Amino acid sequence: MRIYLEHVTKSFPSQNRKEKRNVIAVNDFTYEIPDGTLTGLLGPSGCGKSTTLNLICGLETPTSGKIYFGDDDVTLLPPESRGVGIVFQNYALYPHLTVLENILFPLQNLKGPEKLSKAVMLDKAREAADLVQISRLLERRPKEMSGGQQQRVAIARALVKRPRVLLLDEPLSNLDARLRLQTREEIRRIQRETGITTVFVTHDQEEAMSISDQIVVMKEGIVQQIGKPQTVYDDPVNLFVAKFLGTPPVNVFSGEIRSGQLYLGQAPVLPFPGGRDGPVWVGIRPEGFVPSPDGPLVCSTRAVEVMGRDTSVVCTHPAAEAQIRAIISSEHDVSGDTVRFQLKPAKVHVFDRQSENRIYPA
Amino acid sequence: MRLRHLKGWLYLLPALLFLGCFMIYPLVDVLIYSLEEGYNSASQTYFGVGLYNFSYVLHDPYFLQAVKNTLLLVVITVPLSTGLALLISVQLSSIPKLRDLYQTVFFLPYVTNTLAVGLVFMILFKKTPYSDGMINALIHLFGGETVDFMDGPYWAKMLVTCLYTVWIVMPFKILILTSALASVNPDYYKVARVDATPRWRIFTKITLPMISPMIFYLIITGFIGAFKAYSDEVALFGVNLNAAGMNTIVGYVYDMLYGDSGGYPSYASAAALILFAIVLTITVINLLVSRKHVYYA
Repeated sequence: MRIYLEHVTKSFPSQNRKEKRNVIAVNDFTYEIPDGTLTGLLGPSGCGKSTTLNLICGLETPTSGKIYFGDDDVTLLPPESRGVGIVFQNYALYPHLTVLENILFPLQNLKGPEKLSKAVMLDKAREAADLVQISRLLERRPKEMSGGQQQRVAIARALVKRPRVLLLDEPLSNLDARLRLQTREEIRRIQRETGITTVFVTHDQEEAMSISDQIVVMKEGIVQQIGKPQTVYDDPVNLFVAKFLGTPPVNVFSGEIRSGQLYLGQAPVLPFPGGRDGPVWVGIRPEGFVPSPDGPLVCSTRAVEVMGRDTSVVCTHPAAEAQIRAIISSEHDVSGDTVRFQLKPAKVHVFDRQSENRIYPA
Repeated sequence: MRLRHLKGWLYLLPALLFLGCFMIYPLVDVLIYSLEEGYNSASQTYFGVGLYNFSYVLHDPYFLQAVKNTLLLVVITVPLSTGLALLISVQLSSIPKLRDLYQTVFFLPYVTNTLAVGLVFMILFKKTPYSDGMINALIHLFGGETVDFMDGPYWAKMLVTCLYTVWIVMPFKILILTSALASVNPDYYKVARVDATPRWRIFTKITLPMISPMIFYLIITGFIGAFKAYSDEVALFGVNLNAAGMNTIVGYVYDMLYGDSGGYPSYASAAALILFAIVLTITVINLLVSRKHVYYA
């Protein structure tokens, strides 16, 4: 099911009584989520991503704008009429019911012509349990299971009615690191197997990048950039997106463009034709540094962390905002006090000093 | 090792002394009194040991009347007050705006003195040479036949007593239940909504199980409290409850000790032990029933 949000805005009355101004959680959001894809809503906390999810779900109604599922306008439909399934961060499994009873719960709500016989309900519940691989745990209660298993039960419960859209609110944040890796693959697999259009919310860019077909990066209610994870990573539209994506994070320098050259400190590091002269922000990905005896960027080495395949060099440079972290191939020798780098042009992004928007070379 | 044991007991001593003086000794004493036949509190003598006191109490029409009154009170007021409190709490939780105001209003009876509340009930129900009471005035207005609620037929007196009891025990229950309802994670309701769960099913399948420990607590304490009813009846009918035919078991115990017919600690003790046996039985039954229906997180 294709989801289309058209100029969706959601504002809440301010909690602060002295301040009459409304808080705008989502500001003029227009975006189409293609059918059968996995989309990650990504941003720091308070950026409006959960509100967006609630708007798609129907738990909130937009202040203005419209939401379509396929060609149906669902803007004013309550959640139960939208055909959505939702999994909350804490899973919200009914603790007094067994796993099977939890999964059966949505089916037992069906009335009238949709009403199912007990046998059909059981079949459907078993099928959903098989899909998330918890068939052996059906008689357990939620508290007798691990976080990852509870997560699966919650997904099974959300899927048992075959919703048109599956929504996941911070699906991995309550899991430990190892389980997180495993579960995100699991979400990907379940989404592929069912083909249900899925939207999930996360503040963890790695999570979003690793499994999404596309990511939506948000900040303070405004969409910053939408695209395939790799595209957004390689081609960020502004400094915020560049900083937000990638681990280790992008290294930010204060640089300058002078007569077609990009300067970091006093060193011209790259040709930058067509740019207006003046100060800029420069973001360089950790993998954009290549040690080279005559490289233009001279940094003082602070630490070298060997990680096997790669080496991580922590160093400083006067023009850098913070410590620089460069990830280089472990063949290079970086034992000296200083290290000289050449830069890969594709990994260097230049941003306007004021607006922080990307500046492209001509 | 021994020294450590000794030290442990020493630490426990204050609590043990306190419990011994104020719990265990009186309990044992009550048991002894109840078995001493023909005990005279003035001379502190008795004829013999046996179960005569129990037999006397169980054949005393005043005691039987008190048991009947108490049981009626329990059976009527506990389910009624708990059910009403639940209804009011659920409604309170679903109105966001005037909730604080209503909560205060509903809580007023709890902070009001029993005797003052009794006075208000007098104004509502008592017939005096000058007025028939407000309720009778209303009944009269709608063409009904007036009833003397305080000195009239048994059912009328029972009605007033039950109303009074329900009214006075409800605030505490509402307080407990509203906080129990507020502690249910709203995500459960959101998921239920997305799954198109009808309202009644949300209430019976999610809300009730979630707050069941609190409901159970209220039922147990409600039963115990109703079995121990006494002061409310005094507030309504005065100290001579036997004359009004509205005595309770605790009232009977009190009368036997200090009332007009007072000075019979043996009968009082026997009645108290019978009350204890009834309350214990009911509580055990409650506990057994609750095993099936109460969910503890």
